[in-house]
Amino acid sequence: MTAIATPASPASRRRPAWFLPVVSLGGVAAYYLLLRFVFGIGEGTALQQVANALSTGAIYALVALGYTMVYGIIELINFAHGDVFMVGAFVSLFFLVQVLGNTGLTAPITNLPVLLLLIGAALLVTMPLIGLLNVGIERFFYRPLRNAPRLAPLITAIGVSFILQNIALVIAGSGDESSPQIFPIRDWRLSIGEITIPYLSLFVFALAMVLMVLLQTFVGRTRLGRAMRSTAQDREAAALMGVDLNQTIALTFLLGGALAGAAGVVWGLTYGYVRSDLGFNAGLKAFTSAVLGGIGNITGAVLGGFIIGFVEVFATTLGQTRWSQFVVFVVLALVLVFRPAGILGQQVGERA
Amino acid sequence: MTAAAVGRRGRRFGRDEFRDVLVRHRTVSILVGMSLVGFLLYFLPYVPPFSLFNFHQAWLNSFASAGVFVLLALGLNVVVGLAGLLDLGYAAFFAFGAYTYAYGASPFSGNHAPFLLMLFLGAVVAALFGLLLGAPTLRLRGDYLAIMTLGFGEIVPIVFLNTDEYTRGTNGIGGIYRPDLPILGPFGALDNFKYFVVMVFIITITMILLYRLQDSRIGRAWMAIREDELAAAANGINTVTTKLLAFAIGATTAGFAGVFNASKLTIVSPDQFLFAVSFTVLAMVVLGGMGNIWGVAVGAFVIALIQSTFLTQLNQFVSTFRGIPVLDILSRVNFIQYQFLLYGIALVLMMLFRPEGLFPSQRRRMELRVAEELDPEAEAKALEAAAASETVAGGGEPTDPVVVGAMGPPPGSDEDTARPYGDDRS
Repeated sequence: MTAIATPASPASRRRPAWFLPVVSLGGVAAYYLLLRFVFGIGEGTALQQVANALSTGAIYALVALGYTMVYGIIELINFAHGDVFMVGAFVSLFFLVQVLGNTGLTAPITNLPVLLLLIGAALLVTMPLIGLLNVGIERFFYRPLRNAPRLAPLITAIGVSFILQNIALVIAGSGDESSPQIFPIRDWRLSIGEITIPYLSLFVFALAMVLMVLLQTFVGRTRLGRAMRSTAQDREAAALMGVDLNQTIALTFLLGGALAGAAGVVWGLTYGYVRSDLGFNAGLKAFTSAVLGGIGNITGAVLGGFIIGFVEVFATTLGQTRWSQFVVFVVLALVLVFRPAGILGQQVGERA
Repeated sequence: MTAAAVGRRGRRFGRDEFRDVLVRHRTVSILVGMSLVGFLLYFLPYVPPFSLFNFHQAWLNSFASAGVFVLLALGLNVVVGLAGLLDLGYAAFFAFGAYTYAYGASPFSGNHAPFLLMLFLGAVVAALFGLLLGAPTLRLRGDYLAIMTLGFGEIVPIVFLNTDEYTRGTNGIGGIYRPDLPILGPFGALDNFKYFVVMVFIITITMILLYRLQDSRIGRAWMAIREDELAAAANGINTVTTKLLAFAIGATTAGFAGVFNASKLTIVSPDQFLFAVSFTVLAMVVLGGMGNIWGVAVGAFVIALIQSTFLTQLNQFVSTFRGIPVLDILSRVNFIQYQFLLYGIALVLMMLFRPEGLFPSQRRRMELRVAEELDPEAEAKALEAAAASETVAGGGEPTDPVVVGAMGPPPGSDEDTARPYGDDRS
C-alpha cells in the first residue's frame, strides 16, 4: 500500500497483504449476489452489470488517481482535472478519427494485432499530451499561487476548469461528438454457458490495473517516487534533503495527467461519445472516489473508483439512472461527515 | 485616526473628512447612495450611448434582472469574501428561494400568498437549507467544503428535475403570480419600473444589513476566521457557529434573490440554477473585490449588464457585418457563447495578478498579498521600492500594492489609501 500523503497508518500496517484483494473480490461477489437474489435480477444481466461496473469504475479510478496525487502533494483540489480528462477523451477521439480516415479502416476492428496497435498508439499519443497539458496548467496557474491563501488556487482551479470546458464547447459544440468504438463490443464476448460479457470490460479493467500497478511501483520503488512521497509528507524538509520541489510537483501533474489521458481513451472506447461537459460530472465522481478511498492514498483512490463505479451501475440496474448522480453525492456527503479520512486514509485530526 | 487627519489637514472639510462621515454614518450614506444610484439609473437610458441600444423599459428590465445578480453576489460575498469559505453551490439557495415562491404563489400549488411574506419565507427556507448543508460540512477543512457545496449545487437541480410530481420536472412551474404591493399596487408583465423600484429597495436593505453585520462583532469574527482560523479559535470565537452563520446569511440573501427572480420571470425550472450561475456569481465577487460590499455590488451589476444586454447587442451589431469581406468572420461569432470562457479567463487572471479584485477591500488586499511576503525575492524588491519611494517622496506613502502588502501600511497612510466604502476596519 502506498500512501502518498500520509505515512502508512498503524491500522493499515496491521492488515496483511492479501487483505485488500480478498475483500475486494468478496465485495464483487457480494454485489453480484445482492443483484441476483435480493433484487431478483437475471443471471446474465447481473454478471453484465458487474462487468459494466468494473469498466466504469476503472475510468473513475484512473481519473481519481490524478486528484489524489495532486491533493497529496500540494493539498489542492484540482477542479480542472475532470476537464483534463475530457480533453484527453477529445484528443483520443481526434487521433482515432484521423487514423481511421487515413487508413481506410472501419470502426470495429476485428484484427487483434491491428486493434491493439491502434489502442496502444492512441494511448501513446494521448497520455504524454495530456500529461504535458496538466504540467502546463500547474506551471502557469498553480505554481505562482503556491504560497497564496488557500482560496486563491481553488478559485483558479475552478477558472481553469471552466476555460478548458468552454474551449471544448467552442471547438466541438455542445452536443455529443461520436468517438469511433474500435473495440468490437457486440461480437467479442466472453461466454460462460448462456451468459456473455464483452471482452472490452475485461480489457478496460486489465488496462487500468496495469497502469495502476506501474504507478504503484513508480511511486513506491523509484527515486523520483520517493521524492514525491517525501514532498507530500513535508515539503520544506524534502527541499532541505535536496528534493527539487518544482520538478517533483510537475512530475506528479505529469503522471496524473497521463492517467487522465488513458482514462479519456478508455472512455471513448467504452461509451463511444465525448462531450464538453463530460469532465465536470466525471470529475465530481472521481473526486468522490478519491475522498472515499482516503485522499492522498493511491490504493484508496483505486478502491474508491471501483466502489463509485459499482454504486453508479447499481442505481442504473435498478432503473434509476437519473438518480445515480444523487446517490454518488450522498456517498460523498456521508463519507465526508462520518469518515473524512476515507476508507484507507489515516484518521487524522481535521485542521478544521 | 480622525484626529490625525484633522491635525494634518486643518479644519477644512476635505476628502478624508468626507470619507470619515461616510464610514461613520454608513446606514445614511447607503440610503443616500442607493437613492442616487436608483435615480441615476432611471435616467441613464435616456442618455445617448444607452438610449441607442434599447428602449427605456428594456433597460429598466435589465437593471432589475442585474439586481438579482447583485443580490446573489452580495450574499456570496459574505461567504467567500468575509468568512473566506468557498461555496461553489450557491445557486442551490437561489433555487430554494425561487421554488418557495413558486409553491407559495402559483396556480400549480393553488396558493396565493403575499409577496412580502414569501420574500421572508423564501429567505428562511434557503437559510434552513444553508444550515442543513453547513452544519455537517463546516467542521471539515475548507477545500472539502468547496467540493461538498459543488456537489450540493449539482444535486439540487437534479432533485428538482427528477421529482416531477412535485416540481413538474424540466418544464418547471409556470404562471407564478406577480407581486401585489401596498403602495405600488399589482404588478403587470410590463411594469418594469415597479420591479426596478422593488429591486433597488431590496438591495438597499440588504446592503445596510450586511454593512452593519460586517462592522459588528460577528463581522470581525468572520474576518478573523478568514485570516487565521486557528488564531480566531484561540481567541474564543466559536468557529463552527460563526461560519454557519455566514453560510446562513449568504443563503438568506440568495433566497431573497430567488423569490424576486421567480416573481419577475413567473416561471421556475431546474435549468435556471445550474453550476453556471454559481460560477458567474463567484466571478462577480472575485472581480468586484472579495470582501468589499460596494465593489462586489458594482462588479455584479456591470457583469450582469454585459451578460444580458451588451453581449446581445454586440451580436446584433456584428451580424450587420455579414457579407462585408474581412469583417464577415466576426459576424458569425456568437459572443454569448464565449461568456463563460471569458469569466474563466478573468477569474484566473485576477487570481494571478490582482487577487484583491478591481475594487479591493483594504484588509483583504493585504491578506491576499501575503504570498509576496513569503517570497524572499519579492520582499527584497518591495524593500528596495519602499526605500526608493521614501527617498523620492520624502516619507510619502508608497502606493504600489506590492509595497503595501509586503510592508504593511505605514503609519498614517491608512486614511489616504482607504476607499470610501472599501475599508473594513474594525
